[in-house]
Amino acid sequence: MIQATLAVLRRDLALGLRQAADLVTAVGFFAVAALLFPFGVGPEPQILARIAAGVVWVTALLAGLLSLDRMFQPDAVDGSLDQLALSPAGLAGVAVAKAAAHWITTGLPLVLVSPVLAIMLNLDPAAITTLMVSMLIGTPCLSLFGAIGAALTLGARRGAALVPLLILPLVVPVLIFGVAAVEATATGLGARPHLMILAALLAAALPLAPLAAAAGLKLSLD
Amino acid sequence: MHRYANPARTLRIVAALFPWIAGATALLFPLGLYLALAGSPADYQQGETVRIMYVHVPAAWLAMFIYSVMAVSSALALVWRHPVAELSARAAAPLGAGFTAVCLATGALWGQPMWGTWWVWDARLTSVLVLFFLYLGYIALADAFDDPERGGRAAGILAIVGWVNVPIVKFSVDWWNTLHQPASVTRLDAPAIHPDMLWPLIVMAAAFTALFTLLWMIRLRAELIERRNRVVEASLAEGLA
Repeated sequence: MIQATLAVLRRDLALGLRQAADLVTAVGFFAVAALLFPFGVGPEPQILARIAAGVVWVTALLAGLLSLDRMFQPDAVDGSLDQLALSPAGLAGVAVAKAAAHWITTGLPLVLVSPVLAIMLNLDPAAITTLMVSMLIGTPCLSLFGAIGAALTLGARRGAALVPLLILPLVVPVLIFGVAAVEATATGLGARPHLMILAALLAAALPLAPLAAAAGLKLSLD
Repeated sequence: MHRYANPARTLRIVAALFPWIAGATALLFPLGLYLALAGSPADYQQGETVRIMYVHVPAAWLAMFIYSVMAVSSALALVWRHPVAELSARAAAPLGAGFTAVCLATGALWGQPMWGTWWVWDARLTSVLVLFFLYLGYIALADAFDDPERGGRAAGILAIVGWVNVPIVKFSVDWWNTLHQPASVTRLDAPAIHPDMLWPLIVMAAAFTALFTLLWMIRLRAELIERRNRVVEASLAEGLA
């Protein structure tokens, strides 16, 4: 099962990296959206420093949503999803592999770009490491919840528009603790408790979200 | 449980219960409103504003209760492919969204004079807002498919996943020490609320529950009849073809 899951992951990574459009779109959206804020709220360094962590986090979540609706869609259309369902990976394994591929092609690049945006938004330099660590733990949660949303809206009318409505309420806790970790570092309180809660959320989502996504995928195969 | 999988039987049961629930609603609501608006004392601190509580608290209880009803119904529908359970979850969703909206609106009306603000990003308020969005997501997903059964099942999974938010709503006032006051009725020791105010609250909660049951039955009946019509139309169309 693990081998088959890794095979699906390798295939999706190869597909994702060969058509880098998704990756470029997500990172581009992230950068442009985050850098709209200095124009929207004004360029005062104090105001930007105050909102930087939240802006980076929120725009990263939105950028991560962009490619979610295509997580299962192409495979469902050309019939490979039926084959994958029969593979030893099982639908839960497929969901894990797809979420992992989504994270590596979308979440990880967003984490790598985030320090540049944080500096441009005048975030306290001491908090930048915490920002990256919190996003490193938090963005996989988005990919896992996103797998649920993508699986449930498979074949739905306006599925792409539905995914944010379904997923964003569920990632509110991730956002709260992710931003709280950065702000705790900036104010000198220590980010450890917030990062531990984020890690707990990831530890809960990692086994449970693929099961829910697999149940959603199963509906589309009926 | 499987007895009620037969839609015709469920319709008969709904028809038999209907007058009783309608009678209970008609009796409890005027009584509860009288007790809440005239038959109970004003608060020594909050004055007459405390009367908003008699609408706000039952609406909040129902918001959580209805979501749990939806989650349990969805689980029954997914595990046993129970046809009526799926429709019952679907019938409950807009009612739950409505009660959640009432809870948020009355809370804002109370918060303005008492806290000096319509809205704060307090843990309880935020988690109820998330509950509201989960209701909206359920409704949107259930209606997003050409095949309503497929929509009902997909939305059912969302209802079960989203249920994690219900304990967060319930215990948010204990876990985070923010503006919203902690529970004063459902406590292990005696309720921290005077009987003169507790009784109107209990009657109002019963009235709200009866109203929900009544509307739920009406909507469930409509869903069952609509599903039957669709089957009849499909078989007619097949007969013609």
